[in-house]
Amino acid sequence: MTDSLLSGHDLHKTYGSTPALAGAEFTIRSGEVVAIMGPSGSGKSTLLHCLAGIVRPDSGTIRYDGRDLTAMSDGGRSALRRSDFGFVFQFGQLVPELTCLENVALPLRLNAVKRKEAEARGLEWMERLEVADLARKRPGEISGGQGQRIAVARALVIRPRVVFADEPTGALDSLNGERVMQLLIGAARSTDAAIVLVTHEARIAAYSDREIVVRDGRSRDMARAA
Amino acid sequence: MNVLRDLRMGAGFAVTGGREGWIRTLLTAIGVGLGVALLLLTTAIPGALSARDERGRDRNEQRGQAAQAGDHTLLIAHADTTYKGDEIRGRLLRAEAPKAPIPPGLAKIPLPGEMVVSPALADLLDSSRGRLLRERLPYRTVGTIGDKGLIGPDELAFYAGNDTVTTGDRWSSVLRITAFGSPFPADPMDPRLVLLVVVMFVVLLMPVAVLIATAVRFGGERRDRRLAALRLVGADARTTRWIAAGEALAGSLFGLLFGLGFFLIGRQLTGVASAFDLSIFPADLDPSVPLAVLVALAVPFAAVAVTLFALRAVVIEPLGVVRAGTPPRRRVWWRLLLPVAGMVALYPLIRQGSESGQFNRGQVVLGVVLLLLGVTAMLPWLVEAVVARLGAGRVPWQLAVRRLQLGSTSAARAVNGIAVAVAGAIALQMLFLGIENDYTKETGADTTRAQLAVSSDAQVGTEGIARIAGQIRETKGVRSVFGRSGTRIAEPGEDSGPGASLTIGTCDTLRELARIEGCADGDTFIVDPRTSNSVGGMQPAPGKNVVIDPGQGPRTSAAPTPWLIPKAARTVPGRADGSGIAPDGVLATPGAVPAAVTRQLPYSMTVALDPAVPDAIDLARNAMARVDPLAQVYTLNETRESRRFANVRTALFIGSTVVLLMIGASLLVTMLEQLRERRKLLSVLVAFGTRRSTLSWSILYQTAIPVVLGLFLAAGTGVALGAALLGMVQRPFGVDWTGLASMTGIGAGVVLLVTALSLPPLWRMMRPDGLRTE
Amino acid sequence: MRIVLVMSIGHTLLGLLESGPCHGYDLKRSFDERFGRDRALAYGQVYSTMSRLLKNGLVEIDGLESGGGPERKRYAITDAGVTDVEQWLGRPETPEPYLQSTLYTKVVLALLTGRDAADILDTQRAEHLTMMRELTRRKIDGDLGDRLICDHALFHLEADLRWLELTAARLGELTLEIRK
Repeated sequence: MTDSLLSGHDLHKTYGSTPALAGAEFTIRSGEVVAIMGPSGSGKSTLLHCLAGIVRPDSGTIRYDGRDLTAMSDGGRSALRRSDFGFVFQFGQLVPELTCLENVALPLRLNAVKRKEAEARGLEWMERLEVADLARKRPGEISGGQGQRIAVARALVIRPRVVFADEPTGALDSLNGERVMQLLIGAARSTDAAIVLVTHEARIAAYSDREIVVRDGRSRDMARAA
Repeated sequence: MNVLRDLRMGAGFAVTGGREGWIRTLLTAIGVGLGVALLLLTTAIPGALSARDERGRDRNEQRGQAAQAGDHTLLIAHADTTYKGDEIRGRLLRAEAPKAPIPPGLAKIPLPGEMVVSPALADLLDSSRGRLLRERLPYRTVGTIGDKGLIGPDELAFYAGNDTVTTGDRWSSVLRITAFGSPFPADPMDPRLVLLVVVMFVVLLMPVAVLIATAVRFGGERRDRRLAALRLVGADARTTRWIAAGEALAGSLFGLLFGLGFFLIGRQLTGVASAFDLSIFPADLDPSVPLAVLVALAVPFAAVAVTLFALRAVVIEPLGVVRAGTPPRRRVWWRLLLPVAGMVALYPLIRQGSESGQFNRGQVVLGVVLLLLGVTAMLPWLVEAVVARLGAGRVPWQLAVRRLQLGSTSAARAVNGIAVAVAGAIALQMLFLGIENDYTKETGADTTRAQLAVSSDAQVGTEGIARIAGQIRETKGVRSVFGRSGTRIAEPGEDSGPGASLTIGTCDTLRELARIEGCADGDTFIVDPRTSNSVGGMQPAPGKNVVIDPGQGPRTSAAPTPWLIPKAARTVPGRADGSGIAPDGVLATPGAVPAAVTRQLPYSMTVALDPAVPDAIDLARNAMARVDPLAQVYTLNETRESRRFANVRTALFIGSTVVLLMIGASLLVTMLEQLRERRKLLSVLVAFGTRRSTLSWSILYQTAIPVVLGLFLAAGTGVALGAALLGMVQRPFGVDWTGLASMTGIGAGVVLLVTALSLPPLWRMMRPDGLRTE
Repeated sequence: MRIVLVMSIGHTLLGLLESGPCHGYDLKRSFDERFGRDRALAYGQVYSTMSRLLKNGLVEIDGLESGGGPERKRYAITDAGVTDVEQWLGRPETPEPYLQSTLYTKVVLALLTGRDAADILDTQRAEHLTMMRELTRRKIDGDLGDRLICDHALFHLEADLRWLELTAARLGELTLEIRK
């Protein structure tokens, strides 16, 4: 696919003696939402980590926006993650001692945006995710669903081109999970960000445009299977 | 009995609580163990010092034991020397009979030309560093001195056999003895030194208490969660508390064992570590049994008490841990009460201490303890109050400040030890500085004019002095040598009165002692009494009849000789020579005094060296040892410190450094535990592209902020305590800025060390592995 | 794509009448509004149902208007009718266990004939997800009623999908069983 924003080809990764990826393929276009599904332990999170440049695959290539991610240094990939990628995880991702607003503003501040401006922009995103009233609260004082919305706001505050969401609703009930997904998809669509969504729930995967299934470290593009 | 059951159950958890439980127990045991080791060390130090003193006395030689050679007599001469700044104790031995006493640590008296050396000296002589010293000690080494004959393992000492020394009379520097050892008890310590030692012990032991209290709380948060699980299966609140106490008890008991181990290991190390110039034999570090028993009982008891006290504010519910509501705002008034009470206790003692005055030790300890407890009580309040007002700056700063705002108690607790140690040490430094003048004597030496002073009993006469001076002068690195001999003159007759000094030397030498215009051999000068610092005495005048009476002077017993002070004697203003001695009385050239007199007099010299020549001092000393082995050679210093005082000061430095390092270790453990708990969060931050440096700085700030506040408070308290102590010994207030700087510097160093040691694990945890949930 | 609402129309109309008497036409409109979604109720079906209810004494004629348009009867619910609605609402529906599923049959047949059962499962899976995407889109754009109905369908589809996944994971085991 020529217009792909981020793609991985023939990715292999082994932890110790356990193979996590064994020839996985992946591609995503700008503004696209792609779900990565599969049983636990199939390697879907590892695929996400490789694509996001958090983990370097043992072999294979990852291209992002014309650049070869696997050839970049650790520092270069960190810088890329700061500027171009957003992240939402299942839990344990908010810094407990910072207020919600400070959490949201954190990625901007890591990009050397001045505190005032970072927090103003953070607050805008909190408004869009309907959690502006939690700005002064700390993560320990809010519910799980609110926490995930804060996390979504934090992922989107730098206007990333790719959002990586690893089981973003895994710890939430259906109602909160659906709400978070709607907000995430809506907000990402409005900024034309692509979303790489790892989930094991079909209802959550149904928010995607396309899904691939990872089994035993191999990926299968279901659009082609159909 | 229920309590016992719960305690036992808790102890069981400590041992069988899986890997996590083990680690927790191990950390507690290490922390408590370090504390216990320090306690044991402290209880052992007085014994060690007295053992050292005792061995020192046992090998002393006492003057006046025998006047004539007998079948038990030994001639012993001091041949102490200094090599590259290290003092070497030297003795020349000449047995006058087969049954002559043998010095402690020796099997027999070495034969002439042979010597027995201490192990440290043997090493020095073998090393390349000892090259010049080998020339100075031209004896064959035939053995080593046993520990019994040394005060410390690093002492440099030798006994050399000799067959030429003779003793002239009872004041000779060569002694005739029949036994080694001093029959007199050791000097009692000055009450001011006692004060120092008492305060020092309090200052060193308080942080140890803080350390132990911190150690039994290692991993407390995780333990609380485990206790919550126990509540879920039906344990009541009281039971869980005792179970927790049981865990702490088990940890502290292991700690006792560890402590004993650390102590035994550390004791061996003290034998080697001479970094602080205080060497002690391992065997001397023998803790006193009652104190050791006290430690063994007090530590587990304290562990239980601290745990119960700490859990007082924690409510462990079946579904989790609740800190008793919002913790009550820390109030400052009762915290202030402690240091105030401490000052009140110390105040009446101020102006009490005199040279002979004794202190009420209980009151001193109480006051110091209260003051330092005040630090521990004030610090959490101070940290909380200051941190709450800190603004958010850069990201690392923000992370650190917010973290402290959420819970600064554990940080403040860890820093407490440092603060107490530093406060105490600063106070002691001030006290040292305040009484330093008493123990450090201004010698008056002018080290720009001379660097060595020589004094010898050898009666070599004017020509001898000139010959020796000439030989020394030829030595490489020697610039000038002024030799002279001195004696006393007095009124003729039975009741000779106090008399005055007579100094005999060449014109060059005399010019060092007075401002003399013209001088030739045969001239005599009278020192202007207004320029001399001698009080009273006889006032010499030209043409006055006197006797030259070496019996009044040092170390000779020649008969008095009548002498007429030449009428031509001029009065000249005197001046101190390089060794700081200002002349009085009469200065005479050799030609003005009968030669028979000068041959009976001991001599002294001052030597000036060329600073550009390396080892000039030791070359000159070698030359001197060759020419006159019994001469005493001193390096001239502007000040001279009391030896015992220096030891106390050294001990303080060792103690506070060790304490700070141990507290650093506990800070490190706390930090690592915190990092481990946040592994997941760290991985998430890495995913966001957070730089290593950002988190590293954050850790530095997180450690540094409480420590800086602690040091600030410690400086304040230390100066206050120091002022009180100075008041007690009636010395003017003065802050020892170098002491202050060095102690706060050590504190800051500990922060850096803790941060530096936290970084590798931090970086390891910043690997993305923590994100893996699959 | 249709969502077939399996329901009892008689009980539904009765229930709607309980809030007050109304004409047949209004009944139809009110039904369509709330439950119609994909298929409006046929006018004839309203009348046949109402006459059955009338015969059973569950409704009665409340008034009759004529002139202008068609004949307009106003229906009202009787006490017996109210009791009937109450009983219906209180009676649980029998859960449908779908013991004989077509998918299962397909998988077994594929295995018996040596075809790739995994392919069949994946194809079905893709189909299911396609429908789930469609429903999700409608859910996002729709009102609360739409959402509830779509979620109902989504949960069922999700259940199928989980079965597909589980079966995919057990294909090896199943093959052994079948070929015994």
